Amino acid sequence: MTIRVTPREETTQGFRTLVLVGSLFAGLIAVGIVFAVRGVNPLLAVWSIFRGSFGSAYGIKETITKAVPLILIGSGLALAYRAKFWNIGAESQLLLGAVFATWVGLTWGPHLPGWLIIPLMFIAGFIGGALWGTIPAILKIRFGINEVISTLMLNYVAAEIVKYLVVGPWKGETKFGYPYTDDLPDQAILRLLPLSRISPALVVLAVVLALVLTYIIFRTRFGYEIRVIGESPEAARYAGIDFFKTLLITMVISGGIAGIAGVGELSAIHHNLSYPETISAGYGFTAIIVAWLGKLNPAFVILSGLFFAGIIVGGDAIQMTLGLPAVTVSVFNGFLLVFLIAGDYLLYHRVKLVREHA
Amino acid sequence: MDTSTTERRIEHLEMRGIEKRFGTVVANRDVHLEISAGDILGLLGENGAGKTTLMNILYGLYRQEEGSVLINGEVVDIRSPKDSRRLRIGMIHQHFMLVDQHTVLENIALGDETVPFFFPRRAVRPRVEALAEDLGLDVDLDKKIYELSAGEQQRVEIIKALYRNADLLIMDEPTSVLTPQETEQLFATLRSMSENGHTVILISHKLEEIMAICNRVIVLRKGEVTGEANTADVQKTDLARMMIGRSISSSYPKADLEPGEPILRVSDLHVLDDRGLPATRGLSFEVCENEILGIAGVSGNGQREAVQAICGLRSSESGSVTLHGEEISNEAVRTISDLGLGHVPEDRMVHGIVGNLFLFENAVLKKHHQAPYSAHMRMDYREVRDHADALVSGYQVSAPSVSVPAKNLSGGNIQKLILGREISSAPSLLIASHPTYGLDVGAAEYVRLQLIERRDSGGAVLLVSEDLEELFAVCDRIAVMFEGKVMGVVDPSLATMEEVGLLMAGVVNESERAERSSVADAGIVDEGEPSFVAAADGNALPDDSATIATSAEVAE
Repeated sequence: MTIRVTPREETTQGFRTLVLVGSLFAGLIAVGIVFAVRGVNPLLAVWSIFRGSFGSAYGIKETITKAVPLILIGSGLALAYRAKFWNIGAESQLLLGAVFATWVGLTWGPHLPGWLIIPLMFIAGFIGGALWGTIPAILKIRFGINEVISTLMLNYVAAEIVKYLVVGPWKGETKFGYPYTDDLPDQAILRLLPLSRISPALVVLAVVLALVLTYIIFRTRFGYEIRVIGESPEAARYAGIDFFKTLLITMVISGGIAGIAGVGELSAIHHNLSYPETISAGYGFTAIIVAWLGKLNPAFVILSGLFFAGIIVGGDAIQMTLGLPAVTVSVFNGFLLVFLIAGDYLLYHRVKLVREHA
Repeated sequence: MDTSTTERRIEHLEMRGIEKRFGTVVANRDVHLEISAGDILGLLGENGAGKTTLMNILYGLYRQEEGSVLINGEVVDIRSPKDSRRLRIGMIHQHFMLVDQHTVLENIALGDETVPFFFPRRAVRPRVEALAEDLGLDVDLDKKIYELSAGEQQRVEIIKALYRNADLLIMDEPTSVLTPQETEQLFATLRSMSENGHTVILISHKLEEIMAICNRVIVLRKGEVTGEANTADVQKTDLARMMIGRSISSSYPKADLEPGEPILRVSDLHVLDDRGLPATRGLSFEVCENEILGIAGVSGNGQREAVQAICGLRSSESGSVTLHGEEISNEAVRTISDLGLGHVPEDRMVHGIVGNLFLFENAVLKKHHQAPYSAHMRMDYREVRDHADALVSGYQVSAPSVSVPAKNLSGGNIQKLILGREISSAPSLLIASHPTYGLDVGAAEYVRLQLIERRDSGGAVLLVSEDLEELFAVCDRIAVMFEGKVMGVVDPSLATMEEVGLLMAGVVNESERAERSSVADAGIVDEGEPSFVAAADGNALPDDSATIATSAEVAE
C-alpha cells in the first residue's frame, strides 16, 4: 500500500465546508485523547468547555469580552496573511498600542474631556501597533529578512519594553511599588454594560472594522493587489504592483488594528499598563488560529473569534470544575490550528491509498 | 582504481531504436546512436529536439518505451542513475548538482560508500588529487562550492564523475555557463580525457562548438535523427539544414502595409542575467508601426532578459530603450505598461495569470488600476466582469464561466485570455514571448492570426520565438540573437531557414556576401575554425532599415 497524492483541480463550496468541519472534528478528537490520558472523560470535558462559555449569562458575557480583541487582531492578520505576509507579532503590536495609549491617557487624560481623549488614545494605539508592524515589513522588503522570525522576535522586545516601563519610569505613584502604571483618569475609561466587562463601543468597533476589512480585501484595488501578491509574487511583478507600498500599508493596517485591540484591553478592562502577560492573554497568538478558521475573511473572523473566545472562557471553567491545568486551552488551540492547516492540504490535493502491484 | 565498480570499461555503446513518449508527445522516435571509446560525439539539435531526453534515458532518469541499450555488445538494463553509474556512465547536467555549503572534496566523495567512517577526507584526498592531476584540472579541494565560478564548478562535476569511474561522460550544454576562456579549458580537458580512452557525449545547439571539439555528430530534430556524420566530412551549412529542417509550410495573409514610424527603439542595451553575467551585450533593434519583428534564437541567448528589460521587469546596465521616443529604460513596469505596451509573457502560468484568482479577476491584471475597472481605490467588479465576458467571447476563450479559478482553464485558453487582455487595449507595442509554445495547432494558429491583426491595425509587434516556421510565416523581419546581440536581420521572404539557422548557431551567414567578399568566404570553408567576419562588411545585410550588430567574436 502506498499513498498517492495528486493535485486537486477544483473544489466545491460543499467540499470546503466538509473539510473545515472535518478538521475541527479531528482536532477535537485529538484533544479528547489528551483529556483521556489525564483521566478525564473527553466528552464531558468538551461539554464542560462549551457549557462554561455559552451556557450561562456570565459565560456569554465573558466570551464576548474576549472575542473583541480576537476579532480585531484576527481581521488584521487575515489581511496580512492574504498577502502571505506571516505576521506572528500581533501580540507585540497589541502591546505597543497599549503603551502609546497609556502615554496619551496619562499625559493628556486629566486635561481633556472623554469624547476627545478616548479617540486620541485609539489613534495613538493604532500608530503604536502600526509602527511596530512596519518594522518587519521594511526588514523583509529591503533586506529580505524572514518576517516570521522578525515578527516573532519583536514580541520579546516589546514585552521587555513594557516590563521596563512598568517597573521603571512609568511605575505608578499610587501603586505601592507594584509594577503598574497609575490608573487612567475616569474620562479615559470606556463605559461598560452593567455587571459585565463588555464595552458596547468596542464591540461595535470590532464588528465594523472586520466588515470594513472584508470590503477592503474583496472590493478595493488595494485588496486586489494584496491578493495578487499573496497568490503569485511573479504575476504581481509582471502586473507592476508596488510591493513596498502595498506590504507597508498592509502591515500598517494589520499592526495598527492589533494596537487598537491593545487600547481596548487597556481602557475597558485593565485601566493601567502592567506586565505584558496581564495586558494580553496571548490574544496575538490565538488570533492566528482565529484568522485561519475564518478562512482569512474578516467577516468570518467575527464568528471564529467568538468560537475561540468561547474555548478560552470554557477552558478557564474546566480548570476549576475538572482540575485540569491552565495550559489545557493552549493544547486545545494548538491542536485545532494544526488540523485546520493540515485540512487545507486536502483542498488542493487528492490523497489516495493505492495497492501496489509489483 | 576503485572497488565499487565491477563492470569492465566501455569499449562500445549503442542505443537501438529508442522511443520515448510523454503522454501523446513523442520525445524520441526510433533513435539509433553508436559510440566507441575515445569518441567525442556531438548531439546537435534545437531546444525541444529530444537531446536531453535521449541522454536522460541513457543515464537512467527516464525509461524508454521501446528500444535497447547495448554496452560492448550486451544488452543492459538501466533503471536508475545507480545502474548507469555501475555501468560507468556519468552525466553532468546543465544545472550542477553540488552542495553549495560543502567543500569540493566533500562534494566529490558524496555518495561514495567505500569512504571510511573515520577520517573520510584523508582517505579520499589522494585519489581525487591524482585524478585532477591526470587531467590537468586545477581546483582547490578545500574551497566551498559557492566560492567557485561556474567553470570551476563544472570541473568539480567532471572530477566527481571520473571519481565514480565514469567511462562515458554525458555533458548537457556544458558551455552555456562558461566564459570563452573557460570553454577553451573545458575543451582541452575533454581532449585529454578522450586520449585516455574516455568517451564523451556533448549535447549542444552551437555549431561552432560541435565542429571545434567533436569528431562525430548526430543531429536530432523533433525527436528523430535527421543526420549523422564525421565532423571532418561536413560543412556547417549541412548541419544547420539537418537541425532546422527545410521549407515553410504555410504563410498567413497580411495586409500590404509599409512599416510606419518606429515605435520601439533599443540601442546598445546591456543587461545582466540572474547570475550577474552579461545577458545582452549591446543589443540594438527597432520595431515600427504595422510591423512584426521576430526575434529568433536558441533560448538562453539573452532574449528573455532583453524582453524583461524592455518591460521594466529587469534593470539595464547601460543603453537606451525608447517607446514613442520616450526613454523607458529602468522605468517602473506600470509606467511602461501605461505608455501602451502589451506583454504576453513567456511563462504564462507563472507570470501571465494568478491561478487561484478567478478568471474575471485575471482579465484586468495589470490594467486593474485604470478606469473603468477601478476608480478612487475601489474596484468596479461589474465593469471587470463585463470586460471578462467580452474577452471570453471576443477571443474564443472557452470557460464554463468567468467565475472559475484561472488555473482550471487549459493552456490554450489561458493564452487566449492573456492575449485578449493584452491586445484589447490596443497597445502601440505588443511583445509576445513564445506565445504558441505548448499550444495545440488550433490555438497556435489563432494566436498568430491575432498578432497579425494587431500589426494590420497599426500596432508594432515584437515576437520572440524559437519556432522558425512560425517566425517565417508571421514576421515582416527577423532579427537573430546570439549571445546577447543581434547577429543579423533578415527578410523572411528572401532568406532561407538555413541562413537563419546558421545565425542562430553563431555563424554569420555569408551566402550572399560570399560572392562579394572572398575574405568572409575563407572563414566558413575553413572547417573546425569559427567563421571570421570582417567587421567592415558587417552592415551590408539585406535589410538596412534595422540597426545591425555583427559579431566578430572568435571562439577559437
